[in-house]
Amino acid sequence: MIPASFEYRRAGSVEDALGWLAEDPDSTKLLAGGHSLLPLMKLRLATPGVLVDVGRVPGLSYVRDAGDHVAIGALTRHRDLEISEVARAFVPLLAHVAGQVGDPQVRHRGTIGGSLAHGDPASDLPAAVLALDATMVADGPRGRREIAASDFFRGFLETALEPDEMLTEIRVRKAPSGWAFQKFNRRAQDWAIVGVAAVLDGDPRVALVNMGSTTVRARGTEEALAAGADAAEAADRASEGLEPSSDLHASAEYRRHLATVLVRRALVEAAAARG
Amino acid sequence: MSAPVLEDHAAAGVVGTRMLRREDAALLSGEARFVHDVVVPGALHMAVVRSPYAHARIRSVDVSAALGMPGVVAAMTGADLAAEWASPMPCAWPVTADMQSPPHLPVALDEACYVGDAVAVVLAGSQAEAQDAAAAVVVDYEELPAAVDLEDAARDGVLAHLGAPSNRAYTWELAPDPEAVRRAFDDAAVTVKERYRQQRLIPAAMEPRGVCVVPQPFGGEYVVYSSTQIPHILRTMLGLTAGVPEERIRVIAPSVGGGFGSKLDVYAEELLCLALARRLRRPVRWSEERSEAAQATIHGRGQVQEIELAADADGRVQAVRVHLLADMGAYLQLVTPGVPILGAFLYHGTYDVPAYSFTCTGVFTNKTPTDAYRGAGRPEATYAIERAMDALARKLGMDPAELRRRNYIGADKFPYSSVAGLVFDSGEYEAALDEALGLVGYEALRQEQARRRSDGATKLLGVGLSSYVEMCGLAPSRVLASLHYVAGGWETATVRMLPTGKVQVVTGATPHGQGHVTSWSMIVADKLGVPPDDVEVLHSDTGVSPLGLDTYGSRSLSVGGTAIALAADRLVDKARLLAAYRLEAAPEDLELSDGQFAVRGSPSTSIGIGALAFEAFTAHDLPEGMEPNLEASATYDPTNFTFPFGTHIAVVEVDTETGRVDLVRYVGVDDCGNQINPLIVDGQVHGGIAQGVAQALYEEASYDERGNLLTTTFADYLVPAASELPSFTLGRTVTPSPSNPLGVKGVGEAGTIASTPAVVNAVVDALSHLGVEDLEMPVTPERVWRSVGAAAPVPGGAR
Repeated sequence: MIPASFEYRRAGSVEDALGWLAEDPDSTKLLAGGHSLLPLMKLRLATPGVLVDVGRVPGLSYVRDAGDHVAIGALTRHRDLEISEVARAFVPLLAHVAGQVGDPQVRHRGTIGGSLAHGDPASDLPAAVLALDATMVADGPRGRREIAASDFFRGFLETALEPDEMLTEIRVRKAPSGWAFQKFNRRAQDWAIVGVAAVLDGDPRVALVNMGSTTVRARGTEEALAAGADAAEAADRASEGLEPSSDLHASAEYRRHLATVLVRRALVEAAAARG
Repeated sequence: MSAPVLEDHAAAGVVGTRMLRREDAALLSGEARFVHDVVVPGALHMAVVRSPYAHARIRSVDVSAALGMPGVVAAMTGADLAAEWASPMPCAWPVTADMQSPPHLPVALDEACYVGDAVAVVLAGSQAEAQDAAAAVVVDYEELPAAVDLEDAARDGVLAHLGAPSNRAYTWELAPDPEAVRRAFDDAAVTVKERYRQQRLIPAAMEPRGVCVVPQPFGGEYVVYSSTQIPHILRTMLGLTAGVPEERIRVIAPSVGGGFGSKLDVYAEELLCLALARRLRRPVRWSEERSEAAQATIHGRGQVQEIELAADADGRVQAVRVHLLADMGAYLQLVTPGVPILGAFLYHGTYDVPAYSFTCTGVFTNKTPTDAYRGAGRPEATYAIERAMDALARKLGMDPAELRRRNYIGADKFPYSSVAGLVFDSGEYEAALDEALGLVGYEALRQEQARRRSDGATKLLGVGLSSYVEMCGLAPSRVLASLHYVAGGWETATVRMLPTGKVQVVTGATPHGQGHVTSWSMIVADKLGVPPDDVEVLHSDTGVSPLGLDTYGSRSLSVGGTAIALAADRLVDKARLLAAYRLEAAPEDLELSDGQFAVRGSPSTSIGIGALAFEAFTAHDLPEGMEPNLEASATYDPTNFTFPFGTHIAVVEVDTETGRVDLVRYVGVDDCGNQINPLIVDGQVHGGIAQGVAQALYEEASYDERGNLLTTTFADYLVPAASELPSFTLGRTVTPSPSNPLGVKGVGEAGTIASTPAVVNAVVDALSHLGVEDLEMPVTPERVWRSVGAAAPVPGGAR
């Protein structure tokens, strides 16, 4: 439970952080809330040589109404997102999901940027931003770029961010109604065994938690919905083409079954919420 | 019919009131100090190199790279340390004369027998340096086949120890009349034969273990700080095992953050810190890490149980027959072999059963050693009989409450001589059942259950009962002798008054969360007529309380508390003589009330006990022959165990689509005899229920087929929290124990004993109309889902 030795630097600005990242991108990690990275370091599953603490960089914690979308600073803590009036009004799915992450300690420390950049398929927020078709804004030595959520999650703990880039903002188009989130776990603070984020506002989008090596969309379900299938029929295709893992908490077979049940429930709930 | 429920306020005094715990301010504010908080300048930090293999031959251990690491002072192998040990690691409970016990040293020599077995140690200036260096120790292992599954191990397919004749540790039998059992089964109208698996559990005390041994500057004494439940037993065992004269060892258990039996042991790290402090003449300390605790601290449970009931057509149970396999793990720890034996007397539960037989075979496996864990043998016994009673009820088509009612030991039969050879002290089992059924609203729940079934609801309702009786107050020393336990079961106490009227209580009981300071001060406050805050309780330090047998098995109140009450009575007797002398009255004419001795009928002629304490201290004018000071001691050896009992009822909702089980209501009615502090009783029951629910639904120490422990973090080992549990509804009946003058029984384990079968019975009850008859623990959603898919619906949907 003691991490391997590392160097700690506290960034005062995004420029500080990017500068230090550029020095040795492969063995440098950004630290925000620390609730994903530090446990891995304590178990010595992650052994970065340099830790750049961006937790006190000013100006990166906000939830703003930006017209057609909501802009969220990467250092916004889960709890601040959960209770944000702007988020609740325009992206209620995201506010709700932020309130489902971990436990109160995690929600008061963890940040949306940290959670997304970590790229854990068992995390809730990646599925939410995928279902909401959000856009990630990354800054780096080659300037700023925007990455669609559907291009962002690449593999297990792997995202489209380059090692020298920093996620700074998340832009989420407004989706005030027709959403649902289903999370199946054993204990309140656990990662989901399977989770479902569904948005029926516009083209139906359904994203799944913990149904593969990365956060994924239930393409079979989306296709079925587009073709006019009802919730149960669409849900039957929830795990089509997916390879969920078997672990201590659930077999792959059980995960597929849960995905079907939870997608159906999410679709029914989202449709009812759309009115 | 309902037994009287104790009021939460007493007629006089503080005993029986819900006084807030005196311990809590320090614990909640962070002021309490645990072993890890003990500051010892210059201490060396120990890290233990542990086997990553369940079973391996150790070809060589090379510590040279570790020795070159920053801050490292020493690195030693098992061979380097072999000369330190006067004897192997102790087991205090050789349950049979032919019990096998493999050699067990604090650091293995040439064979590692479980993942976590110590193979080397490193000492460095900081914990981080020690851990970094431990990773640099090179061990050449030859992996050997491992005995992992308990039943496979019992067949000796793979031997857990090279060269051992078999994996069998012992076979222990209790069969007072085998012929009667055979006849009962031959004549039975109905029999059931059930097989249950008690999964292994990780005790997971909030504070992991820690040790810090400080050699004293002169006198050759060692102060051993340890997060232990048993400073007194530990001192003796450290002395014997490390070859240090016992009187040179002073064991201090500072605040201890829970134990649940896991700190009722003598561990390698305690011996290592002592031996290394002796060898290097420096303080040596070790603080256990959470993942390390999962494999290096004992596990609980680990049994395969086979239980058979023979009943007549009316459901009256005529015989119980039990065969156990008990997983010892790789070695015998302090009381490992005795844990199943503690349950052996209770497999007929609360029922008046005329014929009984029990056998248990202890089996070695290549896994972490097992030992006592909250309830120790009694939760296993209660689980088996209470699950089997539900199976019998199903077979008879009888309501499980009615079946229990028909079989209880009647209130008129106490003291009750059980078929297993115990004398149950007192009980009124039906009253507790009625109280529980009333609190939960049993009939309405049955109607709601039927309604959901007929509606085809996907959220089914299940109601599970569990009636229990346990044996607490370990223990009459003569009985322990008959069970081959190598210590007694008494407890000591001293009560003394200081010149200013303050009171000191010295006890051999050793709290680690139970609230002893509060309870002891309440008992003494009422005896002496002083405020509880004026009573200081000294404990958990063999320098202050040299004699004691510590805290486990719900013994502290009925044995230790009784010793304190007896000592206080003796102090009052002496004070009465002094008061009589001062007041020029006959001692028998004096009444003690609110701390004042007054002449009966003449209340103005009085003297306070505080004033008497000062008189006794100055000793200027004492009666002829009276010794100075008000101080008295007592050692109490109980005449019998105590037998708490009760009925718990769990109500669950089961989602048949996902398999999810939600515990929606929980009623526990317990009878622990008289209560000193009902608030503390509530707390014990709450925690106990949570821990029993944990076994039923959440926790398991899982191993893979090679013997790797898979559940080494709290992300994988699922300890439930408040969010997983409903608010408990607690009720209580009060049947005082005739076995001790306080009339108390003990409540530290009751909740754990009662709740596990109640919850599993509830889940099976929810699904029984679908044909589900059993679910393996922990009852995970996936297991429920599979059972629903596999089960055949019962025709007519019978319960």
